[in-house]
Amino acid sequence: MSVLTLIENWEGDFKKTSYETLSYARNVTNQLNTDLIVLTLGSTQPKQLIEYGADKVINISNLKFETTTNKVISDLCVEIIQEYEINTTIIANTNVGKSISPLITVKLKDTGLITNAIALPEKTAPLTVKCKAFSSKAYVKYESNYNSNIINILPNSIGNINKTPGKGEIINIEKSFEDSIQILDRKKSNEKISLSDAEIVVSAGRGLKAPENWEMIEELAELLGAATACSKPVSDMGWRPHSEHVGQTGLVVNPELYIAIGISGAIQHLAGVNGSKNIVVINIDADAPFFKGANYGIIGDAFVIIPKLIEAIKNHKN
Amino acid sequence: MKILVCISSVPDTTSKINFINNQDFDEVGVTYIINPYDEFCLTKAIHIKESNNATITVINVGDEKNDSILRKALAIGADNAVRINKNPDNSRMVADCIKKYCDDNQFDLIFCGRESIDYNGGKVPGFLAGKLEIPFINSCIGLEINNIKINCKCEIDNGIVTLEGDLPVLIAGQKGLVEEKELKIPSMRGIMTARTKPLEIINMEDISNNNMTSIEYTKPTERSECKIFQEDEVEKLVKTLSDEVKVI
Repeated sequence: MSVLTLIENWEGDFKKTSYETLSYARNVTNQLNTDLIVLTLGSTQPKQLIEYGADKVINISNLKFETTTNKVISDLCVEIIQEYEINTTIIANTNVGKSISPLITVKLKDTGLITNAIALPEKTAPLTVKCKAFSSKAYVKYESNYNSNIINILPNSIGNINKTPGKGEIINIEKSFEDSIQILDRKKSNEKISLSDAEIVVSAGRGLKAPENWEMIEELAELLGAATACSKPVSDMGWRPHSEHVGQTGLVVNPELYIAIGISGAIQHLAGVNGSKNIVVINIDADAPFFKGANYGIIGDAFVIIPKLIEAIKNHKN
Repeated sequence: MKILVCISSVPDTTSKINFINNQDFDEVGVTYIINPYDEFCLTKAIHIKESNNATITVINVGDEKNDSILRKALAIGADNAVRINKNPDNSRMVADCIKKYCDDNQFDLIFCGRESIDYNGGKVPGFLAGKLEIPFINSCIGLEINNIKINCKCEIDNGIVTLEGDLPVLIAGQKGLVEEKELKIPSMRGIMTARTKPLEIINMEDISNNNMTSIEYTKPTERSECKIFQEDEVEKLVKTLSDEVKVI
């Protein structure tokens, strides 16, 4: 009856998402008064998982997330869930999580899937969880009558990460599964910081007038340790990569701070950023709709303001 | 080659989202469109058809209000349309219905939009692939087909992965599969011929699923009023962000 959580690592390193997921799983485990099993692949530091709440760590030592297909990861999860008779599985809403969760769900009997969860379950019987919907314009509460459930949690949405250690047994095993799909190549993006779990995002749009003008945006982002993002028009025009497009049909972000420069704030863009805790808007147009959806704003020319902002932040840091 | 494109009907991207008694979506004044993610899939299917011998079927689970998006898909270039006449109560039920249709009509390639912009569930593609026991290619931003071999580029956290396999597969598509400017729109000729293309309505009374229900809808609290700083108050903004927001 234990809780299972799959914790991803990136070349062996755990990220904020990993600890958030683990913390959430630990809290659910406490709600259910049971044990927490953590599953990971190729980890060199399984002890860290114990520090954040794992009662048992199952480390598949011969596999790595980077070279393992989604089907293999989902088959592995199914096997562990069945072996340990798991009723509740917590998986982060990362690309891997979103891909494997439906596959795991339909392979198991009487199992439900709740995605985009932003809070701990309100009730555990029946399982009731609040989730985001309508491109973050609404919340929906799901009630599951399935015997078992998988919950996908949104990064940066759950709140504080608790660091309470678990009982701490580590099991290293090897597993292999077949897949007809082969990974031919993996290309890491140039992004220094991943947009989907960045704490600070610096985003820019058509107000920047041309792709050559993005240097100051990148400089500001680097200074803040932020990820860069953009509005749909500039990604469609090829000024910035598609992976930076934030919005209703692009990426949805939930950072602590979202700085929007030269973006007017169309509804579709707001849908991608409404989850941000704080929004700063810099725009030359006082009537830009974005100001209505922001916490702080400066009305003025980005080409004047951003250099000043960079200077002011450098001074502040010293 | 037989291609299936699954499409859903969603509120247009500019719609105001409201609920009646926190229970039902308020449809007043809302225009419905083909889910944008599905549109990328449909155009890609048409590109594939243009260079292969293929037929495209579009399928939707819903009531007669959805006939208009099916007709639009036919006008854009699909060959035939199917509507499973049921209320799409939840993702599992939708996947069960489409699976049943697939069992009776073998497809070589199935497209779904990666998620719908209303519920953002992102579950139907994986559920369907899992039930059909065919490979599930998620977040696909490019693909090439050579006979039965398919080569796909997919978005992953922090990069792009290239995968290869054999048809049949299920693709969950998004922007990148085709570019925004390549999206096909119905031509006059397309609209005229759409009227003669088949739109089959299928009942599936025996399929139902009440295990996952949405019990309440709420809206996020509005952000408090925006605090405006002047062009020469940049230092003040930085201090505020540092003191109040504690991120700098």
